[in-house]
Amino acid sequence: MGRKLLLHNQNVPGINTLEVYRTHGGYASVEKALKTMTPDQVTEEVKKSGLRGRGGAGFPTGMKWSFLAKPEGVPRYLVCNADESEPGTFKDRWLMEKIPHALIEGMITSSYALGARLSYIYIRGEYFYVARILENAIKEAYAAGWLGKNILGTDYSLDLSVQVGAGAYICGEETALLESLEGKRGNPRIKPPFPAVAGLWGCPTVVNNVETIAAVVPIVNEGGEAYAKIGVGKSTGTKLISASGHINNPGVYEIELGVPVEEFIFSNEYCGGIRNGKKLKAVVAGGSSVPILPTDLILKTAKGEPRLMTYESLSDGGFQTGTMLGSGGFIVMDEDTSIVKNLYTFARFYHHESCGQCSPCREGTGWMEKILHKILSGKGTLQDVDLLWDIQSKIEGKTICPLGEAAAWPVAAAIRHFRSEFEAYVKNPASIKDVHHYYRLHNLAEA
Amino acid sequence: MPKVTIDGHEIEVPKGTTILQAARMIGPHVAPPTMCYYSKLKTSGGYCRTCLVKVTKGSAQNPNPMPKPVASCRTEVMDGMEVQNNTSPDLLEARRGVVEFLLINHPLDCPVCDQAGECHLQDLGYQNGAQKTRYEFKRREFEKIDIGKYVQLHMTRCILCYRCVKTCEQITDNRVHGVVHRGDAAEISTYIQNAIENDFSGNVIDVCPVGALTDKTFRFKSRVWYTKPMDAHRKCENSKCSGKVRLWFKGEQVLRVTARKDQWGEVEDFICNTCRFDKKKKSDWEIEGPSPISHHSVISANHYTSLNQAKIDTLKHQRALGFIPMKKLDDK
Ligand SMILES: Cc1cc2nc3c(=O)[nH]c(=O)nc-3n(C[C@H](O)[C@H](O)[C@H](O)COP(=O)(O)O)c2cc1C
Ligand code: SF4
Ligand code: FES
Repeated sequence: MGRKLLLHNQNVPGINTLEVYRTHGGYASVEKALKTMTPDQVTEEVKKSGLRGRGGAGFPTGMKWSFLAKPEGVPRYLVCNADESEPGTFKDRWLMEKIPHALIEGMITSSYALGARLSYIYIRGEYFYVARILENAIKEAYAAGWLGKNILGTDYSLDLSVQVGAGAYICGEETALLESLEGKRGNPRIKPPFPAVAGLWGCPTVVNNVETIAAVVPIVNEGGEAYAKIGVGKSTGTKLISASGHINNPGVYEIELGVPVEEFIFSNEYCGGIRNGKKLKAVVAGGSSVPILPTDLILKTAKGEPRLMTYESLSDGGFQTGTMLGSGGFIVMDEDTSIVKNLYTFARFYHHESCGQCSPCREGTGWMEKILHKILSGKGTLQDVDLLWDIQSKIEGKTICPLGEAAAWPVAAAIRHFRSEFEAYVKNPASIKDVHHYYRLHNLAEA
Repeated sequence: MPKVTIDGHEIEVPKGTTILQAARMIGPHVAPPTMCYYSKLKTSGGYCRTCLVKVTKGSAQNPNPMPKPVASCRTEVMDGMEVQNNTSPDLLEARRGVVEFLLINHPLDCPVCDQAGECHLQDLGYQNGAQKTRYEFKRREFEKIDIGKYVQLHMTRCILCYRCVKTCEQITDNRVHGVVHRGDAAEISTYIQNAIENDFSGNVIDVCPVGALTDKTFRFKSRVWYTKPMDAHRKCENSKCSGKVRLWFKGEQVLRVTARKDQWGEVEDFICNTCRFDKKKKSDWEIEGPSPISHHSVISANHYTSLNQAKIDTLKHQRALGFIPMKKLDDK
C-alpha cells in the first residue's frame, strides 16, 4: 500500500466537520507555520518538497511562489483553481467534497507564505453543492478563529471567499479565471504580464490547483525533505488520479508517484483491470487534452522500459511515443472502443469551450468537429484525415492560451497512433458500429 | 536602447517597443500584417494571430529561440533579439493557416460589400490566401443588426478583432455593445438591440477591418474605387474632435466622410458623428487637397494584377472556344 497524505482520512465519519478534522490532526500546519515559521521558510519547505502544480502543467510550486512580485503597499492574492472541467478529471471535487477543511487549511498556510490577506477559491458552477460544503466549512473555520483577524493571536489575518463560476472550461485557464473572478467575461489574458506580476485586479497573484494547495499541508507538517522522499526523481509526493472508463474500479486514487502504469491499471488496489475481461486498447493518461496512447506504448516506453506514473516517464518519448501526466484524469478504453468516436466527443467539447478570442482556436475547433462528424456519418475521405492533421498542426502553438493545444493534441495523437481506424471508417463506412451511441451524441450536438 | 534584427534588418528602438512597431519602423516590406492591433487603441492586438513572427533568438542575454511563434503586436523587443517574418517559410505557412481560419466562415461577399477595396481581410486573402477553400460546410450566418441611425452591423463578416469594443470603451463616453456568447458562436452585439448613439460612435466604422460595421449613409452608394478622396477640415464645435477628415467625392458630391488614415490603414484622429454624418456638403469644408492613399488600397496600388491577368487569360480562353466574338475583346 502506498502512503496517503491527502485522502488518508477520507473514510473517517464526520471528517467534513471541523471538530473531527481537528481530532485527526487538522490545522496543525497552520499552527506550525504561523507560530514557528516565517513566510519565506514555508516557501522554502515547498521548494524543498519538489511539489509540482497538480492543475496540469506540473510547474514547480515553490518556484512559482518565489516569482511572486512583492511591491510595498500592494496587496497580493492567492487564488485556488477549483474550476476542474477537464473531461476525465474529478479528483478536486472528491477532495473538496470529502475533506473540505484540507483545502481550507492549505489555503491558510499557503496564503501566509505568500503574504496574502484575502484569498479566493474559484469553483466551477456545476459544483455548486461543493461550493456550499466549502462555505459551511469556511464558516466553521471563521467561528473557530482559523480565519479572520489575528489568527491564533498572531498578527496574521486572512479572509477567504468562495466564488462560483458560471460553467466554462476556459475559466480554468488561470488568467481567464482571474477575469471571471473580477466579474468580466472569462477570456484568457494575453501574457505577459503574468499573474505573478499583475494578476487579480492588477496585483501580484498566485493561482494554484486545489490538490497543489492541499499538498502544502503535509509538506509543512512533515517537512519538504520528507515529502520529496516519496516518488521518483523530479516527481515527488503523492498524486490524486481520477480513474474512469472501462475498468472494474473507477474512482479517485491517491498514488505515490512512480507506480507502474501496468500496476495502476491491473492491480486490485487501483483500477482492478479491464471490465468484463476485455483487453486494453488505449489510455488517455492525464485528462482529455493529453495524447492518447495505445496499449504497448502506455505500458512500456518506446525504449521498452516499464512506464511509470510520473511526469517524466509518461512524457518519455515526447509526443511521438509518449504523453503527459496532466491533471491526472486517467481514461481507460477497452478493445471495443472506437477511437474516432471518442475523438469526436473530445473535439465537440473543445469546440464548445473555445472562448473565441483567437482565430485558430475559434475557427479550427469547429472545423475539426465537423470533419469528424462527416467521417462518422460515413461520408469521410482519406483527404479528410490529412486535412484534420493539417488543421490541428495549424492550431497548435498559434493561440493565446493552451486551449488551442488541448484541442489539437488529441486529434494529432489519435491520427498518429490509430490512423488505420480512420482509414477503415473512410473506406468501409458500414464498419461504423454502435450507431446509436453516435446518434445520441449527434442529437445532443444539434439541441 | 535595445537593438532588434527583423528579417536581417537591424534597428535600434526605444525600450518597450513591440516587434510589430519595430518592423513598421523598418518599413512595409518587413511589417507583418495586422487585423486586430490598432496603434490608437490601448490593449488592442493579440487576438487574430496574423502578425505572428518567429523569434529565432530571444535576446543577447538569453539567446534561445522562443518555442512558439509570438504575436508581434504584443511582444516587446529585447536587446539582441532576432526575428523572422517574411524570411521564414514555416512562419509564412502558419500565417496562411491563420488566414484560412479567418476565411472559412467569412461569407466572401466582396462583390456586394461596401468595404471591398479597402478591406484588410481582402488584402490579407490576396497576399496569403489559398486559391480555393478547403472548407466544405455551411458557413456561419447572423442576422444583420441595425445599431442606430448610422451604423449597420453585419456580424456574418466579423472577424472578432475587438477593435470596435475598444473604440467604444476608450473613445466614446459609453460603451453599449460588446462580445456575447462563446467560441465560434461569439458575436459583437448590443445584446438587446440597443442603438449605439453617442457623438463618437461612428468611429467604429473606420476601425472595423472588414465590412462588419458599415456607414448607413454610404450604403451601396458607390464602390470605393470610383470615389475620389480629398483631405479637408472644418472648425468643429465638438472640442474633442479635430475636424480633420477625408471626404470621398463622386463628381462634386460628397458621398461619405471618414477619418484620415495613416499608411497602415489606421485612423489618425478620431472624428465626431456630426462631421462624419451631417456635413456632406462641399461647402461645409475647407479642402486641403487629394489624400495620400495607403498601400492597402486598390485605389492607388493595383494589388489585383494577377487577378486581371486571370481575367485576360479567361477571356482569351473563351474567345479561343468561340464563346466571345473577336470584336468584343478587341473593343477593349
Ligand atoms: C483551458 C485550460 C483549462 C484549465 N483548467 C484547469 C482547471 O480546471 N483546474 C486547474 O487547476 N488548472 C487548470 N488549468 C491550468 C491553469 O491554467 C493553471 O496552470 C493551474 O491552475 C496552475 O495551478 P498549479 O500550478 O497548482 O497546477 C487549465 C488550463 C487551461 C489552458
Ligand atoms: S486558444 Fe481558444 S480558448 Fe484560448 S484564448 Fe484562444 S480562442 Fe480563447
Ligand atoms: S494584429 Fe497581432 S494578433 Fe492580431
